[in-house]
Amino acid sequence: MKEVKSSIKKVDGIGLVSGKPVYTDDLAPKNALIVKVLRSPHAFARIKNIDTKEAESLDGVECILTYKDVPKNRFTRAGQGYPEPSPYDKYIFDEYVRYVGDEVAAVAAKDEYTAEKALKLIKVEYEVLEPVLDFEKSKGSKSIIHPEKDFQSEGFISSDPKNNIAATYEMSIGNIEEEIKKSEVVIKERFYTQAQAHVMMEPHSAYSYIDMQGRLVVVSSTQVPFHVRRILSRALDIPIKNIRVIKPRVGGGFGGKQGIHGEPYVALITLKTGKPAKIYYTRKEVFESTYTRHAMRFDITIGADKNGKINVIDVKGLSDTGAYGEHALTTFMVAGSKVLPMYNKVKAVRFGGDVVYTNHPSAGAYRGYGAIQANFAIESAMDILAHKLNIDPVKLRKINMIREKETSPIFKIMGEGREGVEMIVNSCKLDECIEKGVKKIDWENKFSSKKEGKKVKGVGMAIAMQGSGIAKIDMASATLKLNDDGSFNLLIGATDIGTGSDTILSQIAAEVLNVPTDDIIPYSSDTDITPFDTGAYASSTTYVSGNAVRIAAEKMKKEIIKAGAEYFEVSEEKVSFNGKEIIAGENKITLKKLAEILYYNENQKQLSVTGSYVGEESPPPFMAGFAEVEVDTETGKVDLINYVAVVDCGTPINPNLAKVQVEGGLAQGIGMAMYEEVIYDKNGRLLTNNLMNYKIPSRVDINKLDVELVESYEPSGPFGAKSVGEIGIDTPPAAIANAIFNAIGVRIKDLPITPEKVLKALKNKK
Amino acid sequence: MKITLTINNTKREVEISPSEFLLDVLRRLNYSSVKKGCDTGTCGVCTVLMDGKPVLSCSILAASADGHEITTIEGIEKDPEFKNISNALLEEGADQCGFCSPGLILNVYAMGKELKNPTEDEIKKYLVGNLCRCTGYVPQLRAIKKYFEVKA
Ligand code: FES
Ligand code: FES
Repeated sequence: MKEVKSSIKKVDGIGLVSGKPVYTDDLAPKNALIVKVLRSPHAFARIKNIDTKEAESLDGVECILTYKDVPKNRFTRAGQGYPEPSPYDKYIFDEYVRYVGDEVAAVAAKDEYTAEKALKLIKVEYEVLEPVLDFEKSKGSKSIIHPEKDFQSEGFISSDPKNNIAATYEMSIGNIEEEIKKSEVVIKERFYTQAQAHVMMEPHSAYSYIDMQGRLVVVSSTQVPFHVRRILSRALDIPIKNIRVIKPRVGGGFGGKQGIHGEPYVALITLKTGKPAKIYYTRKEVFESTYTRHAMRFDITIGADKNGKINVIDVKGLSDTGAYGEHALTTFMVAGSKVLPMYNKVKAVRFGGDVVYTNHPSAGAYRGYGAIQANFAIESAMDILAHKLNIDPVKLRKINMIREKETSPIFKIMGEGREGVEMIVNSCKLDECIEKGVKKIDWENKFSSKKEGKKVKGVGMAIAMQGSGIAKIDMASATLKLNDDGSFNLLIGATDIGTGSDTILSQIAAEVLNVPTDDIIPYSSDTDITPFDTGAYASSTTYVSGNAVRIAAEKMKKEIIKAGAEYFEVSEEKVSFNGKEIIAGENKITLKKLAEILYYNENQKQLSVTGSYVGEESPPPFMAGFAEVEVDTETGKVDLINYVAVVDCGTPINPNLAKVQVEGGLAQGIGMAMYEEVIYDKNGRLLTNNLMNYKIPSRVDINKLDVELVESYEPSGPFGAKSVGEIGIDTPPAAIANAIFNAIGVRIKDLPITPEKVLKALKNKK
Repeated sequence: MKITLTINNTKREVEISPSEFLLDVLRRLNYSSVKKGCDTGTCGVCTVLMDGKPVLSCSILAASADGHEITTIEGIEKDPEFKNISNALLEEGADQCGFCSPGLILNVYAMGKELKNPTEDEIKKYLVGNLCRCTGYVPQLRAIKKYFEVKA
């Protein structure tokens, strides 16, 4: 292997670092109308009347749209597979507004100044309704967030809007009550995880225009161009074939761009005016009017015998989906399906609960996607259990965790929104990850060392698993085209959102074809030009899109051999291709020469192939995370001194890029564990709507991240690879909470772990 | 109103409105390397150099830049220091989405002129205003340390 397993530089790196115009807003036509959205000041209200006359008469205002002017099709903004596992509960503009920041009207004007001025001249009369701001009180509350008659969801989602329920889920294996009764040690604990903001550096942006055939073209900073096209088609009531979605470079997504945000607004303005239109979210809008992570509550019961063998895990969850049910069911199911299989030796396991509506901004997809929430709860609970049993938490994991060649019945029962698939875990070096981590952090010494003084150190750990794409639902495809100089265009529907996937997909094609990665020219993605791909989410690109590229490249190799056989007039078995030359016995011809002949001289035809792939399973990457903290017992301040992450993502295609994925994930997980919190006032207004109030980790907050990849070989992955996009984020919350307990003996069960909470817990302990 | 800016060594007369920020003027003039990430001067992606010193172009009124020298990435692209810094980042894979890269590189460039052999702590403090959500900062730090080692 020379192209894969190699840390080559990103193929688009130079363009990025030199600030070339490659992101959506850089490319927008200069004459595009500027679109601004008027947003609700109320958490819940019905619009009685909107008067836009004065705003419309303003010089430079081109068009204003309200709920009176838009198609009335309920849709979901969640960019997911189809049929969609999220309820259809959203209008482009609705008579109801359901959170502070919900869309009321759109203005298109010649410049930003005019657009903003016009926003202020729109007069809206609201009938203010009683909002639901506490997700624990939402179910059955007398305020109903979605009272509309045309609420719909697919048959496999159990929505109950009258009770503010977006989705409900329940599964169980074995006899829970019986096993709890039989267990010698039982713990019961409640945990909370907060909403978290994505804070990708590039805000959401999109622009649109009508092409010369009269079709709508939308250029968008999106993770899911093909889903955007489908959702727009539904929302705007125009056929898919009349829409083209182009994704340029994306300045970070993390799930926040796995949906549609500004696209319908620019599209409608363009359709109405015939002119190009663009939207660029302010940071405040990104915070107030796009997605957050689902806040969740978990009640965990674990029963074990005296020796640490776990018999039963019972998880009751509650999730806050905000005003719309985007990813409501699926994030919730993933909370179970991407954590519980780690403990596959149990006799009984149950997972269930409700996902409820509130008048908060909508929760949506976010790296870790339910798994990080449940990981915090379950991996904290494991620590509590270990303490109660007086067993080393590392040992408790070792006794109970999944190993290579094993399975869990949960794989089959729980998928994303639907049933899952049976799966043997063919690559799992979790045991090795733990061994390595234990050594690196010096666990034996540090865990049991004496904890005293004003500043106390402690260590904690957690294990995690994720998946690689969504089995049997999400697919990818890739087209390879031979050029007349022997280079290849690689057309992929997959979207590089800063992960480096254009690079690693090129490496995979190059490896199969035995050519340098330089000879592969990737292009992603444009719904007119690149083949279908469900997009960059669910840790799918390396695995699902990577397999599609592998298949395409294998086909291309066959095509080259076939063309060589025709050229030499021999049978295909006699021909081989070594990446440079096509060889038939004594005869050889370079690929470059053959390509030239193919396109200019003889047997003229284009070599072009497409491969597609859908995962039959979703092999999980695994990780062991170890945190070392120092807690100041006088102030409650926690310093994260070191974080050791040992990850099994199969055989990494590009070890450097894989490692950075883990490092980036860790920093976001640390943010969720210690700093980041979405806070509302009592009226549901977001207080943390800028980067001063919403604190993401900065350079000085991140000390040592020690990441190591442990290699395994995933037989179903391209060259043994599994995914790595999400796994890094999962362990920090629990590992840090566990380390704090190890240091000072207090247990924080709701995120983020702030100095105030630590100090309060310390006071209560005394 | 009309102001004079020397952008990347080229003197330009620019028509601006008094309330316009430098960031918006630069983008309007097609210096697309200058990115906009926030509304409150807290993310650092809009960093440019004014008379050689890093500033947040989103927080500076264009009018107050009148008569000053502005440098964006486009202006140092041929400078060997730019190549060295960016190469270090590329080698570590620390250019993920790349949105924060131009601002970061300009700041490292300025730091290189200001500090000799900065320590890890000094590097972090100097760059604290440049947020990055993709890399977790450590690969960037690896790259920047390497750059300074080679430079020293
Ligand atoms: S755009 Fe964020 S600091 Fe200037
Ligand atoms: S690389 Fe994406 S924000 Fe830094």
